[in-house]
Amino acid sequence: MSSVALAAHPPSQEKEILGVSSGKMAMWLFLGSDGMSFMGLIAAYVALRIGNWGIWPDPTKVLAIDLTAINTFILICSSVTMVKAFAASQEGNVGKLKQWLFFTMLGGAIFLGVQVYEYSQLIHHGVKLWDSAGRPAAEWLHPAIQGHSTLFTATFYACTCFHGFHVLSGVVYLAFILIGVMRGRWTVNRIEIVGLYWHFVDLVWIVIFTIIYLF
Amino acid sequence: MSTTTSTPHVGETHAEHEHHEPGLIGRYIFSKDHKVIGVQFLFTGLIFLILGGLLALAVRWRIAWPTSEVPLFGKMLDDAGTVTGSEYAVLFTMHASVMIFFVIIPILVGTFGNFVIPLHIGARDMAFPFLNGLSYWMMPLAGIIILFGFFVEGGAAAAGWTSYPPLSVIASNGQTCWCISLILVGTSSIMGSVNYITTIIKMRAPGMTLHRMSLTVWSIFITSILVLFGTPVLTSALILQILDRHAGTTFFSHDGQPLLYQHLFWFYSHPAVYIMILPAMGVVSDVLSVFARKPIFGYRAMAYSMVGISGLGYIVWGHHMFQSGMNPALGTTFMISTMLIALPSAVKTFNWLGTLWGGNIQFTTPMLNALAFVSMFVIGGLSGIFMAATPVDIHIHDTYFIVGHIHYVLFGGSLFGVFAGVAFWFPKMFGRMLNETLGKIHFIGTFITFNCTFFPMHIVGAAGMPRRYAAYAVEQGTTNTWAHLQPYNEFMTYSALALGAFQILLFVNIFWSIFAGKKAPRNPWNANTLEWTLPSPPVHGNFFPIPEVYRGPYEYSSPLVAEDYLPQSRKLDPEAEEKERRMEAEGH
Repeated sequence: MSSVALAAHPPSQEKEILGVSSGKMAMWLFLGSDGMSFMGLIAAYVALRIGNWGIWPDPTKVLAIDLTAINTFILICSSVTMVKAFAASQEGNVGKLKQWLFFTMLGGAIFLGVQVYEYSQLIHHGVKLWDSAGRPAAEWLHPAIQGHSTLFTATFYACTCFHGFHVLSGVVYLAFILIGVMRGRWTVNRIEIVGLYWHFVDLVWIVIFTIIYLF
Repeated sequence: MSTTTSTPHVGETHAEHEHHEPGLIGRYIFSKDHKVIGVQFLFTGLIFLILGGLLALAVRWRIAWPTSEVPLFGKMLDDAGTVTGSEYAVLFTMHASVMIFFVIIPILVGTFGNFVIPLHIGARDMAFPFLNGLSYWMMPLAGIIILFGFFVEGGAAAAGWTSYPPLSVIASNGQTCWCISLILVGTSSIMGSVNYITTIIKMRAPGMTLHRMSLTVWSIFITSILVLFGTPVLTSALILQILDRHAGTTFFSHDGQPLLYQHLFWFYSHPAVYIMILPAMGVVSDVLSVFARKPIFGYRAMAYSMVGISGLGYIVWGHHMFQSGMNPALGTTFMISTMLIALPSAVKTFNWLGTLWGGNIQFTTPMLNALAFVSMFVIGGLSGIFMAATPVDIHIHDTYFIVGHIHYVLFGGSLFGVFAGVAFWFPKMFGRMLNETLGKIHFIGTFITFNCTFFPMHIVGAAGMPRRYAAYAVEQGTTNTWAHLQPYNEFMTYSALALGAFQILLFVNIFWSIFAGKKAPRNPWNANTLEWTLPSPPVHGNFFPIPEVYRGPYEYSSPLVAEDYLPQSRKLDPEAEEKERRMEAEGH
């Protein structure tokens, strides 16, 4: 998108303000905006949890903390490979750039795969939004949340799924960039912009992991 | 009005014009030209204005004559052509939703943002023309989805434009259409605002400093920041509401919190009322300065007071929820922060009056509408202070007083601002002049019938008549507290019908003038901003070459030149330039 815009306008008209390109500024603005949508969901989580003090299940007893901790580590590693990719792009080393972009995508894909596995296990053990067989909740709810507020599962799925959707978008976005690199159509600026998005998605996950899983 | 056709130094060379001309569809439908997209927003908004207006008239009809058949549109209703109670709820919900999300915001932000920003800052187009086109095309899509609600089982959304749970959670599937539509229209706004902010920061012409931008551009810049950080919170709330409706969650009902939705909703929707008034304020500032032939009074105070309004706008949302049983200490906090907004608003009103004071006022159609904006905004603003006070609000909350207030701000304010802006930029948009006589008749008729329609709402509201009730008048078998207010209600409905009829003149004027209006010269209003140095309408790409900017946009009746206006891009001879520099140093 930004490339279309940049092609249509002579660079002389773009001001070097704050030292950032238009595309980068737009990405920062979008991330600020997107951060507010996560703020809305996290605020809802905090408000509902405080409102159901005492009947909120202990997340460490319901969720697999060790699995998700490993998953968090994988996502952080993918941020490191993203930094490596950006460094390679600055050096103009296309081989390294492709390699690190691929590893970043791989990190995101593994994260999503583990999250899908986690969801399937949780649903199998009765941590779900509703029962497709229509049985009463007493029959299928996980014992650790039996008698607790079901808002726990609702907020858990809303926040993590919304984040997972962002990771998925990021992997697709990275795929487009990688195809661009393979065709020889890329700029350092574009690699930096996709990097901004990817680090943002990581950062949000660290907040969500801390608030929903660990507290 | 004078017909000055040329200014001395307009870049006439089209040598740089390297764009290949796109076909008819590329030029008028899937265009990336900011001017075409602005006009698309305008026409879409006007179509929804007709729809929203008809819905409002049906609401008024039900209040005045609940048992008689609705003329012309009666066949679309069940139950012998009268408006039933549940249809009434659909009508007022859809009226407000359509007017707010598909008329006022698209026209103010979409039309004026797109059309005016690049022309005012001296840019060839937006920073991201494709994103711009995309943001427009999400709007009609969202419009179709919200209207699709009328055809689903159970009818369109009927939980009020605020859609509070638990009512909205148990409502018909039209409510889901409403939620999806608002998520889409919000996404469109976010894309637009990213584009506006980037364009304003990065694409200004040489010499166009922040403090040489017109107040219209300032206002849309600030509005975009509000959109950017407010809208996603509403999106989150709507996602949770959809989950509550279809996935069996209980965020807002049972062990969840209905108040949580209200907080999330108003965190967006209070800034949204500034989204709906700030661009109108900017447009009106420009129009007043041009037709008073005077520099705007207190330019920086005008810009910074808008910054103040938007900053305060984020911390006052709780004043919509005084009735929710909130902690009195919190209520008082919200009350004080709300009242503080009166300060920057009063600065703006004072400066508008200061601009008019001693001016050589020309009563053209845009000027008349701008003057109406100022006076009606004062009434709407003052009744707003009533509501900010918690003790008063407890009496008037959810009465017609609120309905009167919101219409004085959104119709008397925003919509008169829209009329002023459309009349002002019409020559630049279409290359034709609007008919002045028709424009003035439309203005006078609208102004009188508007006041007759909405002022009595304050009276019936203070008398205790609640909003959103289907049954006010005497109906068989119901006792009625508000029967004595019925003459007021009938008067308001007659006025509303006349108000609706006068809008026919607006549409006749616009469509007749596009094809048969007087050809517009380059600068029909003798205005200073950059767009008036271009032909009407400007070609795709606007400026060839990019102009050089030497001064702010409000140099009217300047002693430096013989004419009473001094365009931003006119280079003065060295002597006058020296004088200008000295005047600037002395703080003029």
